[in-house]
Amino acid sequence: MTKVTMTVNGKSVSAEVEGRTLLSAFLREGLALTGTHIGCDTTQCGACTVHVDGKAVKSCAVFALDVDGANVRTIEGMANADGSLSVIQQSFQDHHGLQCGFCTPGMVMASAALLADNPKPTEAEVRHHLEGNICRCTGYHNIVKAVLAASGQDVPAVAAE
Amino acid sequence: MPKDTGIGASSKRREDVRFLTGKGLYTQDIALAGQTYAVMVRSNVAHGKIKSINTAKAAAMPGVLAVFTGEDFKDVGGNPAGWLINSRDGTPMREPKRPVLAHGKVRHVGDAYAAIVAETYNQAKDAAQQLADDTDIEELPAIIDMKAAVANPANRVHDEIPDNLCFDWGWIEDNRAAVDAAFKSAPHVTTLELVNNRLVPNAMEPRASIGEYNAGTGDYKLTTTSQNPHLTRLLVAAFVLGIPENKLTVVAPDVGGGFGSKIYHYGEAALVLAAAKKLGRPVRWIAERSESFLSDAHGRDHVTKIELASTKDGEILAIRTETLANVGAYLSNFSTATPTFLHGTLMAGPYKVPHVYVNVKTVFTNTAPVDAYRGAGRPEATFSIERVVDKMCRELGLDAFEVRRKNLLTPDQFPYTTPVGLVYDTGNYQATLDKAIELGDVAGFEARAAASAAKGKLRGMGLSTWIEACGIAPSHLVGVLGSRVGLFDAATVRVNATGNISVMTGAHSHGQGHETVFAQIVADKLGIDESAVDIVHGDTSKIPFGMGSYGSRSLAVCGSAMDKAVDKIIAKGKKIAAHMLEASEGDIVFEAGKFSVAGTDKAKTFGEIAFSAYVPHNYPLETLEPGLEETAFYDPANFTYPAGAYICEVEVDPETGKVDIASFTAADDFGNVMNPMIVEGQVHGGVGQGIGQALLENTVYDENGQILTASFMDYAMPRADDVPFYTVDHSCATPCTHNPLGVKGCGEAGAIGSPPAVINAVIDALHRGGHTHVTHIDMPVSPARVWAAING
Repeated sequence: MTKVTMTVNGKSVSAEVEGRTLLSAFLREGLALTGTHIGCDTTQCGACTVHVDGKAVKSCAVFALDVDGANVRTIEGMANADGSLSVIQQSFQDHHGLQCGFCTPGMVMASAALLADNPKPTEAEVRHHLEGNICRCTGYHNIVKAVLAASGQDVPAVAAE
Repeated sequence: MPKDTGIGASSKRREDVRFLTGKGLYTQDIALAGQTYAVMVRSNVAHGKIKSINTAKAAAMPGVLAVFTGEDFKDVGGNPAGWLINSRDGTPMREPKRPVLAHGKVRHVGDAYAAIVAETYNQAKDAAQQLADDTDIEELPAIIDMKAAVANPANRVHDEIPDNLCFDWGWIEDNRAAVDAAFKSAPHVTTLELVNNRLVPNAMEPRASIGEYNAGTGDYKLTTTSQNPHLTRLLVAAFVLGIPENKLTVVAPDVGGGFGSKIYHYGEAALVLAAAKKLGRPVRWIAERSESFLSDAHGRDHVTKIELASTKDGEILAIRTETLANVGAYLSNFSTATPTFLHGTLMAGPYKVPHVYVNVKTVFTNTAPVDAYRGAGRPEATFSIERVVDKMCRELGLDAFEVRRKNLLTPDQFPYTTPVGLVYDTGNYQATLDKAIELGDVAGFEARAAASAAKGKLRGMGLSTWIEACGIAPSHLVGVLGSRVGLFDAATVRVNATGNISVMTGAHSHGQGHETVFAQIVADKLGIDESAVDIVHGDTSKIPFGMGSYGSRSLAVCGSAMDKAVDKIIAKGKKIAAHMLEASEGDIVFEAGKFSVAGTDKAKTFGEIAFSAYVPHNYPLETLEPGLEETAFYDPANFTYPAGAYICEVEVDPETGKVDIASFTAADDFGNVMNPMIVEGQVHGGVGQGIGQALLENTVYDENGQILTASFMDYAMPRADDVPFYTVDHSCATPCTHNPLGVKGCGEAGAIGSPPAVINAVIDALHRGGHTHVTHIDMPVSPARVWAAING
């Protein structure tokens, strides 16, 4: 067991972990932050996406020890300080960008990271960026729409209905 | 004007707040004090005889609490098929026992023959590997190909079933001679052989079950990823473990998608309950994604020959099909209904077809069970019909739009009795066709094709006019057809003393947004604010009864039960109001949340009536019970029949064979729409899955029965850059004639109507590019398949 320390959603946390403990398991089981979901075994689905020092990372693909000292943000840390939904979260609700909700935390984290890097992405850039996040419910239409709307752009007319 | 509240409003989903903030509670998120971890030990061969399982080493490993094998469950019941199908000769289908854990033989890769329960997940995993190492399975030849399975009686999935046939079904057998005669005299016959590719549903939340047992009371609790907790309770309690139904609570909390795969009872649910009783501690099993690929019920997997008899100008005279349907190694709960009564009964499509005959042979193979997946039988029927109609148009040089128009039923023909046993109550198929032509800008196609050609691409346009039967289902009818369950539903509307409401519904929401839209309906009918209504679902201890959500039935059946219960609330409210207002009950009218005496200004609000029901000081206690809570059960009179017209445009790169979806237009008739935003989202999702089937997804077993597509690295799920924005419309609505809300259901539509539109578009593109020798390409139309077809 090795001690790991990191900041998660603004709070410093320390714990003894096994070398094989994944960041996703550390968040879910160690910190009871179960908004980060596990949807596959192969780092393909993206449901476990979190931010590590501002970058979108699939938390099932890194060990907890790998992010020692890092600043980690999960879906539980995305709302505004007053508890209201942040712009990207609100846009997902406004544009019906989620159905069963299981892929949603990963989608929100991936989308937020995109908008931080590229505040006005094109439709193609949004679709390309979200390639690593699988959704089975929405056909992606309203997810792409929600991300474009959150960037402050006019959603293409074709997607407006 | 769109409404901003109540029925017809695009109310934002209330459930989104918890999902967007990480506060959803899925089965995998639940941690219980003292919990233990179950890991299944699964066969790595497709077919084998279990010669010995030596549990000693695994049982002695650190943290291991229990080891279970098939021997432990050999005396409990099997997991049953829910639908009895008789063969053409009248003999009943073959029903091999489906045990909790395989016993004697393993029958597919992933078939669980043992389970380990340990203090930690990693300990259970380690012991599972040890147990696999200590198990001797003699591998037998795998039976994978359906034609070979039927042809080779020496090799049997189940020893007692000589030809690997579950049944040989004819629909409708009495019509066969007339159909054959129609073909003999037909001016033209179009024949198409096709494969409806095998799919893995892949809800993003893998299956999971947590079992609990209270030795003090004898009560069991199962928390599980289910679309229908009451059905799961019935199957586990009455059929498999023999637990009294009243001693088992089944809870399906937030469930991350289903698409059919979570309708069914699987052995893991029974295992965690039995293990919890044995250990006196909670037992949790959470599937890995690879287990989903290996052991979830798969979908589709039909091999079909369809023939269409027509006049030279495209009038359809008869349809005849022969299908081999893969049922896998065991009968999953609805597996026998899916290729028969959810498939054969739809084989007239939305057309006037005088003669139809359908033959389905359902075949056991050494593959995972196959069952209903979004659309369930109806996508297979629609694909066969719409592909053969398209082929007929090409053979006869006819316009695909005009041929559809010539054959579609017209509004004056409803109710219409099909030659395959259904009565379509209402529709306007010309209207959705016209709407799709308008929204899809068919008039501008040639210009777009020219633009594509200038880029070196082949552009094609494909059409599909589809119908389905859903809102499953009238119990009397499905009973006649072999169903072993009723398919009604129930709801309780509980008005609290302070006037807010809890609605307990038998529907289960795993993405559909029931918590929002059901509240809209109740609030609208009662004239109160949506926020005063809560929807409770997914818990057998709270819900009166329910058959759950699948077959686009939630609103049409469960919603109708809720509507009836609200009517009862209003009726009782009128009695209370009549007393309070000193008027005759017949003079009380209820409107906009007020009970008033007709023609006067005397009125009581809904809240005042609710309060009076619970504080009955001024109340007709001698004739009326206090309280305000009503339950209704609703059994539909008929299926519902959504229909629509879909147009897909593709661009094909003739150099690589890659197909891109350029546009997709869906014009649907769902009857009345309660929340347009949610309905459109359902169509988007269904179309996305249909495009996935057409372009990307395929489940491949090699000749030894090894599944080659058992992860998201090998199985091509549609991703954001594989699909376009869709154009969807539901304005051409003909309300359902037999349910109180006039609704038809929208959940499966997109997955039913879209695959043939995509493939028809690909064939169109190739023909426009001069590759007229290509008459069909099986799904998924991967670049390799398209390139091979072009280069013949």
